[in-house]
Amino acid sequence: MAGFVSIRNLRKSYGTFEALRGIDLDVAKGEVVCIIGPSGSGKSTLIRCINRLEGFDPASEIRVDGTPVTTGRALAKVRAEVGMVFQSFNLFPHLTVRENVMLAPRRVRRTTRADAAAQADRLLARVGIGNQADKYPEHLSGGQQQRVAIARALAMEPQVMLFDEPTSALDPEMVGEVLDVMRDLARTGVTMIVVTHEMGFASQVADRVIFMDAGQIVEQGPPAQVLSDPQEPRTRNFLGAVLNH
Amino acid sequence: MDIFDTFLNAEVMRRTFPMLLQGLWITLQLGAASIVAGLMLGLGLAMARLYGPGPVRFVTRLYIDIFRSIPLLVLLIIVYYALPFVGLRLSPFMSAMSALTLVSGAYTAEIFRAGIEAIPKGQFEASAALGLNGRQTMADVILPQAVRIVIPPLTNNSINVVKDTALASVVAMPDLLKQATQAQALAANPTPLIVAAVIYIAFLWPLVALVSRMERRFAARRR
Repeated sequence: MAGFVSIRNLRKSYGTFEALRGIDLDVAKGEVVCIIGPSGSGKSTLIRCINRLEGFDPASEIRVDGTPVTTGRALAKVRAEVGMVFQSFNLFPHLTVRENVMLAPRRVRRTTRADAAAQADRLLARVGIGNQADKYPEHLSGGQQQRVAIARALAMEPQVMLFDEPTSALDPEMVGEVLDVMRDLARTGVTMIVVTHEMGFASQVADRVIFMDAGQIVEQGPPAQVLSDPQEPRTRNFLGAVLNH
Repeated sequence: MDIFDTFLNAEVMRRTFPMLLQGLWITLQLGAASIVAGLMLGLGLAMARLYGPGPVRFVTRLYIDIFRSIPLLVLLIIVYYALPFVGLRLSPFMSAMSALTLVSGAYTAEIFRAGIEAIPKGQFEASAALGLNGRQTMADVILPQAVRIVIPPLTNNSINVVKDTALASVVAMPDLLKQATQAQALAANPTPLIVAAVIYIAFLWPLVALVSRMERRFAARRR
């Protein structure tokens, strides 16, 4: 059965370099999937294809809730249902924290100003920065900025949340606060696809861990299996390098 | 005959000042109209240059390069003296405004393009991921940030436009310079020319100082 997010034979090349070499992946509604792997393995490219920030081979197929990820109206529908959090936050620096969260609901969903502001304040309280709503992003710490970015994505009430190395740009002492927000989010039943190097988070929160290398899925399964008892040598090498450095 | 009587003759100044004010008013109207029209043209050209389909991008680039290469005075004379041969007869004001706008638009387009290209790719990606369409991304996310970057160069360009309005005097437009040369002829004294120069400086010096201040502040913030 096709998943809520279904990916069939996903291929992408940059010139002669094949970044993704035929990925098949189904993610069920409410599932939390963590994707791990060495840099350059294609894991970021994979999730950036799901909302088509990256184009892909026309023979490949991605569907979200049955809607094909193509162009035009179908793509707009997918993007409204898929939230994304970036490594570098990408907050809008000319807008206050509250305005950052309000913008997409106002423009895409045509929510009234009052409703959007009330929703923004609720979401900001939920990620623990309700008292910073009138500040500009540059006056917040990295961890706070990333939590605003999560609130901004949640404002569109997405069915799926994509996280592209959300803690990789953070100072170590701020990683925890962002992971805590993501952990809470996972409990609410949102479908999450997380590219991460945080093995602790993956083992505690993920329903499934996927190990990628060289543009392919090498191994996948429950975290206890993939992280503690990997079957593939490449997975073992990677985990050995990450866990015992 | 001393130097004050020649160049700063109070009597001549008093007599010709109303003429100069009329000229100043025309100069300001021409400058403002050309600046606004040039900004709109430039923004349109920048969008076409960045996001148009292939042929549109090519034609836009051609336009921008040509109108940055042609001397403004040559363009003005073509508009005023050559276009009537193909039945297009513009008033001196419209000729001058067209020439100034066509050239200012080309420069403005490059300024806007540089401003938009200075916005990090992540801003476009975050907008797309949130479901904003291209127009919303431009209006709500990219341009508000780009405008802050391009205000100093745009102000610079506007100063140039106001200075270049003086060229309109060659197509018999009664702008500040034209009025000054006429007043000089009437009074047989160069004082009106000096006064006109002082008026240009008085209007543009504050803008020049403002640009320097903005550029300094901008450089400080980058550090």
